[in-house]
Amino acid sequence: MTSLPRWADTALVPLFSLALSLMVAGLMVLWIGENPFHALGIMLKGAVGTAYGWGYTLYYATNFIFTGLAVAVAIHAGLFNIGAEGQATVGGLGAALVCLSLEWPHWSLALPAAVCGAALFGAAWAAVPAYLQARHGSHIVITTIMFNIIASALLVYLLVNVLRAPGQIALETASFPPGAHLPTAHEILGWMGIGFPKSPPLNISLLLALAGCMLVWVLIWRTRLGYEIRTFGFNESAAIYAGISPFRIVMTTLLISGGLAGLMAINTVMGEAERLLNNAVQGAGFVGIAVALMGRSHPVGILLASVLFGILYQGGAELEFHMPAIDRDMVIFIQALVILFVGALDNMVRFPAERLLAFIARTR
Amino acid sequence: MDYTTLLQLLDSTLRLATPLVFACLAGLYAERSGIFDIGLEGKMLISAFFAAGTAAGTGSVWIGMAAGIAASSSLALLHGVASITFRGNQLVSGIAINFLASGATALIGQNWFRLGGQTPLLDRDSRFSQIELPFADAVSSIPVIGPFYIETLSGHSILVYCALVAVPTTWWLLYRTRFGLRLRAVGENPEAVDVGGISVAFLRYRAMLICGLLCGMGGAYLSTGLAGGFIRDMTAGKGFIALAALIFAKWQPVPALYTCLLFGFLEAASIRFQNLEIAGIAIPVQLMQVLPYILTVILLAGFMGRAVPPRAGGTPYVKER
Repeated sequence: MTSLPRWADTALVPLFSLALSLMVAGLMVLWIGENPFHALGIMLKGAVGTAYGWGYTLYYATNFIFTGLAVAVAIHAGLFNIGAEGQATVGGLGAALVCLSLEWPHWSLALPAAVCGAALFGAAWAAVPAYLQARHGSHIVITTIMFNIIASALLVYLLVNVLRAPGQIALETASFPPGAHLPTAHEILGWMGIGFPKSPPLNISLLLALAGCMLVWVLIWRTRLGYEIRTFGFNESAAIYAGISPFRIVMTTLLISGGLAGLMAINTVMGEAERLLNNAVQGAGFVGIAVALMGRSHPVGILLASVLFGILYQGGAELEFHMPAIDRDMVIFIQALVILFVGALDNMVRFPAERLLAFIARTR
Repeated sequence: MDYTTLLQLLDSTLRLATPLVFACLAGLYAERSGIFDIGLEGKMLISAFFAAGTAAGTGSVWIGMAAGIAASSSLALLHGVASITFRGNQLVSGIAINFLASGATALIGQNWFRLGGQTPLLDRDSRFSQIELPFADAVSSIPVIGPFYIETLSGHSILVYCALVAVPTTWWLLYRTRFGLRLRAVGENPEAVDVGGISVAFLRYRAMLICGLLCGMGGAYLSTGLAGGFIRDMTAGKGFIALAALIFAKWQPVPALYTCLLFGFLEAASIRFQNLEIAGIAIPVQLMQVLPYILTVILLAGFMGRAVPPRAGGTPYVKER
């Protein structure tokens, strides 16, 4: 059977799968008793129609870029890091500890320190599953699932017993000092004399995420380590034959992956909430898997897929506001469909396309 | 701790282990056939919802369970289509199924009942009633064993006994029948099965159907046996504990039962003793909750023998042309 040309495989197949998942979601909307096209209109208008909408869309996209990059780096080494959720949770702990430890004078000092804290904690949470995979061959998927759940329990324990601000009922730490406040889009664009609404949580972390995309691209395609990672991912025995240590590659890749996932906390914990909340990740780790698959593990693809999921999240929130019959769970439902069609049922689009291509080639 | 407390603890152990046993055996069929299934959680959840929703509507707990099994089996088949027919990523499909169940149950629940995603509280007739085992009166006079029989073994819903029966049945099916031999073979070496003239895809689909059936029973038990209705995300990680139990039991049915009972006991103990102290050190309740996962990781680290998954697990089978 003829395989698809590269442009069709990277662009057309995901787009078709996306259309399929939107169709199924549309049927659900129809069943609830609303007009699916009207709903889609509200979603698009709410997510990308206004500067306010973009502020939220890009804020969500920032989260997904980090977790998407985390999953993608691991995929290049043939490893499936399903633990970005837990690594981001623990990364949040690292960022919060850094922010709360000092009376930070200025965000430009607090940010690099918090970046280190979040990345180190995220990487540390990936270290045990990484070691077990590298030394004992215990499946990374299984161990990271376990570590996701252990991470959320650990966070609850720490919030209840250690980190909760005195006299507080809600499960959250004290607010970070004002010096740890990251500039929001409103403030940054204000310096340049551009007006931007004040309420969206979009902040400087987006630039950090874009830098992350660049660095991951350089790492994977322009460095020796990246070459080794890709070689290992393509063919483990060839990599060993070429003198690449599997232990070193598995450990390094997963530590980088965990660090990237941990960085997500800079956006949510430091940029938005400015205190550590319980369950701040809210499934972004799993969305990262969908983003990485949809973006074919390439930073540009991940960027586009992240914006798409950002639109979905923000549009879903608007939908809840304008169509009371549809609540927030619609977002989870659509997200599930996108993961299903784009990530698991992609061959449902690819196989017929390949058959069509073979048919055309034969008739010529 | 006196004997009565222990008996009560064991009684709730049995009840809490039941959904784990169902889900764990469900995962066992799927994974032994070579299909990773991390969507046990979602399948139980959707079954719990449809079982409670239908039981509330029809007033019959049995029709409820049938609806739950049907819902769970359709998700199992969806997983089958993704991982067998379309050779997709089985882990991604499992994640999608978990989210799908979580989103769909909340959406449909809100649309049907308008109770914020819950089902109405079920009355006595639309729930599984408790069964008194025979000879309860006769053995009550025997010390130690009598109270154990009455307090712990007797007085559960029929599904608890179904779960206990499902374990030896699975053992027999897996190790003493032709289907079982082929099922184990297809998870280790699908090429060999294919060369033997047996359809790999059909075998795996049958395994997924059994998986759907068992998850369906586990989910139905959650909402119509253990509790009196469905609440949002009520599986609360039970599917993942079952997955941990499956690994801990090294993919074998009888150890699976023991592991599920152990994990059920941990849960029962963490509910009963909110502030457990051992040798003067307070054990946080969160630690008790994650102990099954920690134990599984320790097992995987190689401190308790080796857990080797079925060899063909997770890889789609491509027939040579």
